[in-house]
Amino acid sequence: MTDLPAAAETNSLPKPAQPDLSPTENLAESSAHNLGEKNTGPSLAVAKFTSCDGCQLSLLNLEDHFLDLTRRFGIVEFPEASSLRHAGPYDILLIEGSISTPEQTELIQELRKKAKILVTIGACATTGGVQALRNWANHDEFRASIYPHPEFISDLATSTAIEDHVTVDFALPGCPIHPDQLLELLSAFRAGRRPQFTDEAVCAECKRRGTVCVIVAQGIPCLGPVTRAGCHAICPSYERGCYGCFGPKENANIDGFFTYLRETQGEAAIAQLFPAFTACATPFRDMLSVQNGRPVSVRVTSPNSNLPTTPIPPDSPNPNSPSQV
Amino acid sequence: MHKTNGAERSLDVSLITRVEGEGSLHLLVQEGKVAEARLSIFEAPRYFEKLVEGRTPQEVIDIVARICGICPVAYQMTAVQAFEDCFGIEVAPETRALRRLMYCGEWIESHALHLYMLQTPDFLGYPSAVAMAQDHRDLVANGLRVKKMGNTIIECIGGRAIHPVSLCVGGFTHLPSRKELDALRRELDAVIPLATDTLRWTGNLTAPPFTRETLFVSLFHPHEYPMNEGRIVSSGSGSHTIDLAPGAWADAFHEIQLEGTNALHARTMSGETYAVGPPARIALCGDQLHPEAHAGLSETGLREEIARNPHWGIAARAAEILHALCEARDIAESYRPPAEKAVPWTPRAGIAAWTTEAPRGTLYHRYLLDEEGKPRHATIIPPTSQNQGAIEHDLVESASGLLHLSDEKLTAELERLVRSYDPCISCATHFLAVTVEDTPSAKNTAPAQEQ
Repeated sequence: MTDLPAAAETNSLPKPAQPDLSPTENLAESSAHNLGEKNTGPSLAVAKFTSCDGCQLSLLNLEDHFLDLTRRFGIVEFPEASSLRHAGPYDILLIEGSISTPEQTELIQELRKKAKILVTIGACATTGGVQALRNWANHDEFRASIYPHPEFISDLATSTAIEDHVTVDFALPGCPIHPDQLLELLSAFRAGRRPQFTDEAVCAECKRRGTVCVIVAQGIPCLGPVTRAGCHAICPSYERGCYGCFGPKENANIDGFFTYLRETQGEAAIAQLFPAFTACATPFRDMLSVQNGRPVSVRVTSPNSNLPTTPIPPDSPNPNSPSQV
Repeated sequence: MHKTNGAERSLDVSLITRVEGEGSLHLLVQEGKVAEARLSIFEAPRYFEKLVEGRTPQEVIDIVARICGICPVAYQMTAVQAFEDCFGIEVAPETRALRRLMYCGEWIESHALHLYMLQTPDFLGYPSAVAMAQDHRDLVANGLRVKKMGNTIIECIGGRAIHPVSLCVGGFTHLPSRKELDALRRELDAVIPLATDTLRWTGNLTAPPFTRETLFVSLFHPHEYPMNEGRIVSSGSGSHTIDLAPGAWADAFHEIQLEGTNALHARTMSGETYAVGPPARIALCGDQLHPEAHAGLSETGLREEIARNPHWGIAARAAEILHALCEARDIAESYRPPAEKAVPWTPRAGIAAWTTEAPRGTLYHRYLLDEEGKPRHATIIPPTSQNQGAIEHDLVESASGLLHLSDEKLTAELERLVRSYDPCISCATHFLAVTVEDTPSAKNTAPAQEQ
């Protein structure tokens, strides 16, 4: 595993390590292999698991900054954008996507060993993504209903976050991530400081943006009060409720929020809250399990937990899937 | 990677790069002849068709966007119109125009990504756009600017470029202001000359000398370049020609599953492979390009070549980028907000089926809805699933002429051919590594594709 230094004590970011961002010696050669122009910056790699490609596209979507980034980092591995491959090690590894196949459970262990700093980008890598909705379902039935030959398909019954498998150093939330957060992360790494992200709810962004509360003013069910900020409160400013794609805010008071909604909007309002894209993140997971009336079978670990040697076993028994092999 | 087995020849590349998603290609060579090409998609399944069951129309619109981070608008646009068709909703002409503007944004963003960042390095001999930027900085910088223009349009109408939030049954949750569209208009005026230059520049490129005949399928609309509406039509003549309503895709096509790939393949009812996407649209609807794009494409002299040689997809995309930019400018200029953001609606049980033209081609959705408008069953046919058969067919034909090449060069050429289709593997698994294998001649030498 990596030899990450101890956490800096002077700030309250949830992720533990103060990374050493100086390029490692053995990377001097790899930086010459940069996809871009000459640079002396740290090596950057992008890897993909189960996902829609949107979050790594966000790197290319930093259009105004992209060519500058290629000077400040050695982007040595980015298969979606370059035919040059690099087997590692990497100073910074951005990971998109969730773990949902037996091969991926092994590959993520290999990648962790190669990465000095491992960053999950987006809801799939950080929480399991929309495909984690199948963790509530009967996987065999899913396979059989879409594929005439389900036996040709080899994947796990669950979709899980990267941190359920290996230590994650930083996590960017969002479906998709916000380009500003990606830029802040990379800028901070280059400057050798910790990235600064706010720890507040979407509500705070609505207030700053001057958006009138859609719950109070229009009675629209909105997950904003319990969802992490970072998107700049897009949905309420587009006159609809937040659907929680940045995942739950730390210490979100779901019970208190539900009580308020129940009293002011009625029970039906709660049924309309569906954080589909971060469904497996606590406490959204518990909330949906109540709505779906059954527990989640996957072992979901607490944030920052370190389970490098114990991946989720393939096709772990699912109490809701009696036909599970 | 290289593997030799007696007189046999075997290549193995684990991941095709510069495409969206993950997959591999297997090529079977028997006695010096290419017998079969098989794309293997190892992008993991995500079961979207099951995830949308029992969800509300708005949840379906939000969920299907996540099939693809490159073309989320296409999925949302197809779903919303399927619901509206089933519920008997007709949106205001202004809403229709605004949706077309949003779709133009996605065509621009998606095509610019592929043209400047993924395919042009093949034509100029670089491993990536970033490496290409060392010698062709203006080209890459202009490409990024065109791409940003597409994203800016989507952000304006949908709140964000990836997985926008404003599309809803009946219209939009929120309408842009005149001021915002004026700003778009000014940016479009500045970007259009860049796209005009790019289209002209494609005329000076040299493509690999490969030609073939294929069946093309796209939407056709009598009054506009196809995007959100029209009939499903095909090339060819006589009784084989397809002409269907946008919800009737399943009358002419079906899906099959092949071993070793996580994506289903689409075929015509008679088992033919076919191609969708920019070359199909240029072949079937080229006369309906915006006059500026039509003139630009004529100037390149590549219009007929686009139908014969898949590598000229680059010119088709360049023409469509210019088309979408010009049309976006026209819509932004004449925009008037609809009387209401969204027309009121009531759900209805039935079949909700629709087809639109995603950046990569014809995209079909079909939902069996209950009385609350929630899907009981869903079928989604992305463009790349439909192109897989045509890509495999082209690989067999192309590889046959390239077997004299070294393993490394053959692999590079085949990857390049696959890339020319702009396959979106994330979509289709919902795609790609290269393996070339030579085996003894024991088996038959006919393409072993399921028909």
